[in-house]
Amino acid sequence: MSTSRTLDLPPDTIEPRPAGPSTAPPPRPRRRTWRYALRRDWQLYSLAILPLAFFLIFRYLPMLGNVIAFRRYQPGGNLFGETWVGLRYFELFWNDPTFWRVFTNTLIIGGLTLLLCFPAPIILALLLNEVRTRWMKRTVQTISYMPHFLSIVVVAGIVLDMVAVDGVVNQALRAVGHDAIAFIQEPGWFRTIYVSSEMWQTVGWGTILYLAALTTIDQDLYEAARVDGANRWRQTWHVTLPGIRPTMVTLLILNIGTFMAVGFEKILLLYNPLTYPTADVISTYLYRVGVTGGSFSYAAAIGLFEAVIGLTLVLSANAISRRTVGASLW
Amino acid sequence: MSIVAKTSRPSRIRPTRGYRVFQAVNGVVLTGVVVVTLLPFVNIIARSFSSEGPIRAGEVSLWPKGFNLTTYKRVLTDSLFWTNYRNTVIYTVVATAIAMVLTTCYAYVLSKKHLKGRTALIGIAVFTMFFNGGLIPNYVLVNALGMRNTIWAIVVPNAISVFNLLVMKAFFESLPQELEEAAAVDGMNTYRTFLWIVLPLSKAVLATMVLFYSVSFWNSWFSAFLYMDKQNLFPVTVYLRNMIVSATTGSDVSSSSDFALQVGANIRAVTVVLTALPIMLVYPFIQRYFVSGVMLGAVKG
Repeated sequence: MSTSRTLDLPPDTIEPRPAGPSTAPPPRPRRRTWRYALRRDWQLYSLAILPLAFFLIFRYLPMLGNVIAFRRYQPGGNLFGETWVGLRYFELFWNDPTFWRVFTNTLIIGGLTLLLCFPAPIILALLLNEVRTRWMKRTVQTISYMPHFLSIVVVAGIVLDMVAVDGVVNQALRAVGHDAIAFIQEPGWFRTIYVSSEMWQTVGWGTILYLAALTTIDQDLYEAARVDGANRWRQTWHVTLPGIRPTMVTLLILNIGTFMAVGFEKILLLYNPLTYPTADVISTYLYRVGVTGGSFSYAAAIGLFEAVIGLTLVLSANAISRRTVGASLW
Repeated sequence: MSIVAKTSRPSRIRPTRGYRVFQAVNGVVLTGVVVVTLLPFVNIIARSFSSEGPIRAGEVSLWPKGFNLTTYKRVLTDSLFWTNYRNTVIYTVVATAIAMVLTTCYAYVLSKKHLKGRTALIGIAVFTMFFNGGLIPNYVLVNALGMRNTIWAIVVPNAISVFNLLVMKAFFESLPQELEEAAAVDGMNTYRTFLWIVLPLSKAVLATMVLFYSVSFWNSWFSAFLYMDKQNLFPVTVYLRNMIVSATTGSDVSSSSDFALQVGANIRAVTVVLTALPIMLVYPFIQRYFVSGVMLGAVKG
């Protein structure tokens, strides 16, 4: 990767390849050293200094900051804690029944979201792709993208108003002769509310990449399939779906990467102590324990555990997909 | 949009009966999607303009009942609301400016294929998409840097979005190299080439990135919620968040005057509408830039 097109040319090359920026002096024997690269490209490197500082301070320093999971931390004290305590905080949460409750909730909510909100845009994109009337397709797209642009706080406000005792959902229930349900206080309803609002907000926007992928499918394949006597359903199954498979796999892996972090902000806005039994997830729990409760080390231990699981999930998903379907992120 | 709409399979010679039935069902399903997407918007607007009585009785669904502007007046005369709205504007502008400078510079560097160490520089950015320090170490860090209760806590820690970075990198890579080479031959250094040749050619993608960033900063609430202790520093999203919480716990309805009852009944709806309004107003105009930005990222991403 680091070899340069300009400088790689052996002296006896007959046809020079297209050259890169040609401020470079003529090739010399030790041309690939850092000293040479720095002298030639120092201006480019200097442009990277601020962004690199950003990544190191605000992305990598906090990664190191996770050592407070192994050290006792005092608010206002040393950023990396005071004294080593080994795995004490990990043992603590391992034996904490609340941790296992929020762990289970994370898996359930994450699983439901993946199961329902991942395939939905694919189906919607396939349906949109069959629409022949152009204005209709445009209208459906424009409207279904809209919720994506709303702040999560606005979405939470809308959701809470809809499921309120005097909200539209309860009006519909009363219309069919059912008693009103206090959805916001019912642990049994939280997951339904969460997943539906997630679906509402993401399904339309999620179609964009699939629609783009659909346009790249070779039309001759459909022609060939028809000659072979495939009806539309079989064309969709044998041509369309394989055609968008790389997009599906990429997005699936990315979704799996955020699996453990499940809509933290939205849950924080929608849940309340009454719904903790089903709504409390790892990220909200560690927020309460750490930021609200001040047990930074304990919360950092939980956070590190969550992040490692998340990374493991995405790496395995990527490895599996590379072996089985040959598509991967890297 | 045109890229998306271009897709159409060659039309059948004669559509079968089954296919016509499918088209009809498809139309119904998609209409359903549109209705379900719009319903919550219509409902919240109707609620925001309704009187307390019909709201409490659960009669307001799609159209305002007992048209009423009391709550709008109450929110719009609240000086805290305006202070917070102004904060949102300031945070969004500053954060977007910082984010654009950092993202553009880094994306340009990453787009230079001959650069030694380029893979490592890309890796440094991409790795953070899949692993991050987590809430607590970030929180500790921002506090330790003394950023609490300052604008920096909001505008700096989220300055670079790796997704946007990769979109820009892909765009810069697609620019013809010849122009930059010509500039170099004319004796322009890298900075001048970047400023006077590359950036003017990238206006479209720059505009898209400004939109990406500003919408996300406009909508964000959590860093402000986390790092701001004083009401007059909140962005409007945190104003709304506090409204949601107080409306849920009912603290707003504690006094029993008619005015308080009316305000308590639909203040959440009113604040939601007022917070979402600017985004919804510009949405029709910015939508296609977003779509093209996402696709640009998908080509290379």
